[in-house]
Amino acid sequence: MIKQPIYLDYSATTPVDPRVAEKMIPYLTEKFGNPASRSHEFGWDAERAVEEAREQVAALVGADPKEIIWTSGATESNNLAIKGAAHFYKSKGKHLVTVMTEHKAVIDTMRHLESEGYEVTYLMPETNGLVDMEKFKAALRPDTILASVMLVNNEIGVIQDIAALGEVCRGKGILFHVDAAQATGKVTIDLAKLKVDLMSFSAHKTYGPKGIGALYVQRKPRVRLEAQMHGGGHERGLRSGTLATHQIVGMGEAFRIAREEMATENERIRYLRDRLYKGLSQIEEAHVNGDMEQRVPHNLNISFNFVEGESLIMAIRELAVSSGSACTSASLEPSYVLRALGRSDELAHSSIRFTIGRFTTEEEIDFAIDLVKAKIGRLREMSPLWDMFKEGIDLSTVQWAAH
Amino acid sequence: MLPAYFDHNATTPLDERVLQAMLPFFRERYGNASSRHEYGRAARKAVDEAREQVADMVGAHPSQVVFVSGGTEANNLLIKGAAAQCLPSQIAVSAVEHPSVTRPAQELREQGWKVRRLAVNAAGRLEMDDVETALRESATGLVSVMLANNETGVVQDVARVAELARSVGAMVHTDAVQALGKVPVSFAALNVHAMTISAHKIYGPKGVGALVLDKRLDIKPQITGGEHEKGLRAGTENVPAIVGFGAACVLAASRLTELSLQFRQMRERMDQGLRTMGAVLFGDGAERLANTSYFAIPGIDGETLVMALDRAGFAVASGSACGSGGTDPSPVLLAMGVERELARCAVRVSLGRDNEMSQIERFLRALQGEILGLKRLVAVAV
Repeated sequence: MIKQPIYLDYSATTPVDPRVAEKMIPYLTEKFGNPASRSHEFGWDAERAVEEAREQVAALVGADPKEIIWTSGATESNNLAIKGAAHFYKSKGKHLVTVMTEHKAVIDTMRHLESEGYEVTYLMPETNGLVDMEKFKAALRPDTILASVMLVNNEIGVIQDIAALGEVCRGKGILFHVDAAQATGKVTIDLAKLKVDLMSFSAHKTYGPKGIGALYVQRKPRVRLEAQMHGGGHERGLRSGTLATHQIVGMGEAFRIAREEMATENERIRYLRDRLYKGLSQIEEAHVNGDMEQRVPHNLNISFNFVEGESLIMAIRELAVSSGSACTSASLEPSYVLRALGRSDELAHSSIRFTIGRFTTEEEIDFAIDLVKAKIGRLREMSPLWDMFKEGIDLSTVQWAAH
Repeated sequence: MLPAYFDHNATTPLDERVLQAMLPFFRERYGNASSRHEYGRAARKAVDEAREQVADMVGAHPSQVVFVSGGTEANNLLIKGAAAQCLPSQIAVSAVEHPSVTRPAQELREQGWKVRRLAVNAAGRLEMDDVETALRESATGLVSVMLANNETGVVQDVARVAELARSVGAMVHTDAVQALGKVPVSFAALNVHAMTISAHKIYGPKGVGALVLDKRLDIKPQITGGEHEKGLRAGTENVPAIVGFGAACVLAASRLTELSLQFRQMRERMDQGLRTMGAVLFGDGAERLANTSYFAIPGIDGETLVMALDRAGFAVASGSACGSGGTDPSPVLLAMGVERELARCAVRVSLGRDNEMSQIERFLRALQGEILGLKRLVAVAV
C-alpha cells in the first residue's frame, strides 16, 4: 500500500533522514548547552559537536572548515553573501550580474540593492535554461563587483557551468557567488578547485532539518563581507546569534550521508526519473522544461499543453508535486523561471515539477505515470482547445472574442 | 557525571513535552509550509497554531508575531528595519543592553544616527531622569530598553519608558528574551511598539524567536526573498522549531507562578549563603528575576572560580555566554559603576525548572571550599 499523497516534491523540502534525526535528538535533550558557554561541559560538548558538523559540511564541498559560516538557511546565506559583499566592496563599484532564473532569495536581494543605488543586470538564459558564456562575459563591466549564478535551478534542475563562469569572474577580479541550495548531494562540488568566492547551502533540501544553512566564504584569496546580523560576535563576527546545536549537528550528519551515498543514490534516482520521463513522454504535447542533459537526476519539469494548470494540480492530488516554486506558490502568477525560458503563460501555468528523492519507490513512480496519463486524458477530453488542436487549427491565429 | 546546571540564562534544556510536539515535524509531517499540497497544508496549520500559542503567551494578536531565527535576529530586524524607514535621528538604548541590541545600534551611526546610552544606577535600574533628559535633548526616533537583564536579572520599568518615548513620538522596543517565562510579559501592558522573544530560554528549541510587532510600525525587512511572514522575513519556515516555540510558550505560561515561587525560595537561600561568605550581590535591592544571582567574591577572579566550580560539579557562568569569549569585565557591571577589579570577579548563577534546594546547599558548601582554596593560592602567590 503506497502512502498517499505520494511525495514527489523533494525540491520544496525533504524529510529528515532517520539517521539525521537520531543524531540530532541528544542535542535537543541531554546535550543542550549553549555552544558559546565557555565555562562548563554542557557548553564544551555543544561546541565540539558544532565543530564536528562544520568539518562534515566542509568535507562535502571541498572547503576548509574555517570557511563555513552557519546561518539560518540558504535564504539568509544568499542575503548575507550578496548584501554583505556589495556593501563591503562598494568603493570598487556598484554593478552586479545575475540571472532571471535565480531563486527569489537572490532576485529580491538584488532588487533591494537596486533601491540602494546599485545597478543590476539580470541575464536571460537560453531556452534550455543554461547561461550563455558570451552573454555572461558581455555583461561584466569594469565596475562589476559580484556575479551570482545558482549551481542547480530549483524549478527545472538544470546545472550551470559554475567552473567556467568562475574562471571568467576570477580573471576579471569579480566576486562569484553561487546558490548551491539545490545542489548538495546531487552534484559534486569541489571548492578547492572551483573559482567560487561565496556559496550558499541549505540543510532541508538534503535530508537535514529546516532552519539551518551555511555560507562558504573563501579565505584564499580572502573574501570580506559586511556582517548583516550583529551581536555577540559569533562566527568570527560574520553572523551573531546563539548557534542551534541540534540543527547544526543535523546539517553535518545530512551532509556526511550525502558525501557517502551520493554516487549510488544518484544512479537509483536517475533510473526512477528516467522511468517517469519515459512514461510521461508518451503523453502527446508534453514538453520538458530545461535541458535534459545538464540536469540533476532528481528533477522532471513538464508542461502539458492544452490542460489548465490549476485543474491539473487538483486532478492529481494523490501526488504531492509543485507547479512553480513553493516559495512563490501563494500567487497564481506563472512561474517566472519558465517565462524566462520563453514558455507562454499557458504552458508555464500547465507545468508540473516532479522531484524525486531518497525514499521514492518504483511503485510510486508507476502509480504517478498511470495517474497523470489518466487525468490528462480526461481533462483534455473536456477541453475545447484540445479539440481545436486535434482538428489542426493553429491556435495562435485564432481571434478570441470577449463575452 | 554531568555538573548540576545553574546556567539557565545562557540556555535551557528542552522540555520533554516540547520534544514530543516537535518530533512529528522532522519525521512524517515534513512538508514545506508554502507548498500547496497536503504535506504543505499540514505544516502551514502547525505554524498558524504555534503563532497563536506564542501570541497568547504575550497578550498579542497572532498577526503581530513575526517568526525569525532567534533573539539576535529579532533585535537586528527591529533596530535596522525601523531605522531604515525614518530619517536618522537619535537612538536611545539602555547602558545594559545585550550586544544584539548595542551592536546594531552602533551600526546605525553609519547612516547618521546618534546613539545615546541611558544611564543606570548602582543597582542596575534605569535612571528615569536620564531617560527624560535624553528624549528632551535630541529628537529621538527609537528607544530600546530590555525588560530583564541577562546578567543581573534586573527588571526595568519598560511601561514607563514606553510612555515617555511615545510622548515624544519615538518608537519603543524591548528585548524580553530573559523575562519571558520568568515574569508576566504582556505586549499590550508594556505599551511598546515591538518586543523580542526567544524559545531557548523557556525550555524550547534553539534556532527560533519572534519579533512581536505593532503592524502599524513600518519596518524594512532584513532578509528578503519570498513573501514569508507577510513579507517581513523570507525563508522556508522552520516548522519543528516554530511548533516547539508554541508548545514551550503554553508550558511556560502554565508554570510561571509556580516556578517564580520555587526560584524565590532557592534564590533567597543562595543570596543568604553568599552574603555570609562576603560576596557582593549585583542588583541587590532592585527588582530582579527570581532565578538570577549575580555575585562576586572580592579578590577571586570570576573565570577562575567558575572553572573551579565546574570541577566541583556546578555549571555556572562568568558574564553572559555571548560575551564569555573575552577577558574584559562586563559592560553591564561597569555601567552600574562597579570597579573593574570587582567586575572581573563576577559569577552568575541562573536557576531553572529542575534545580532543587539540595543543590543550592551543595553549591554553597562547594563555593565555600573553592573560595578557601583559591584564597590560599593567592596568599601563597603574593
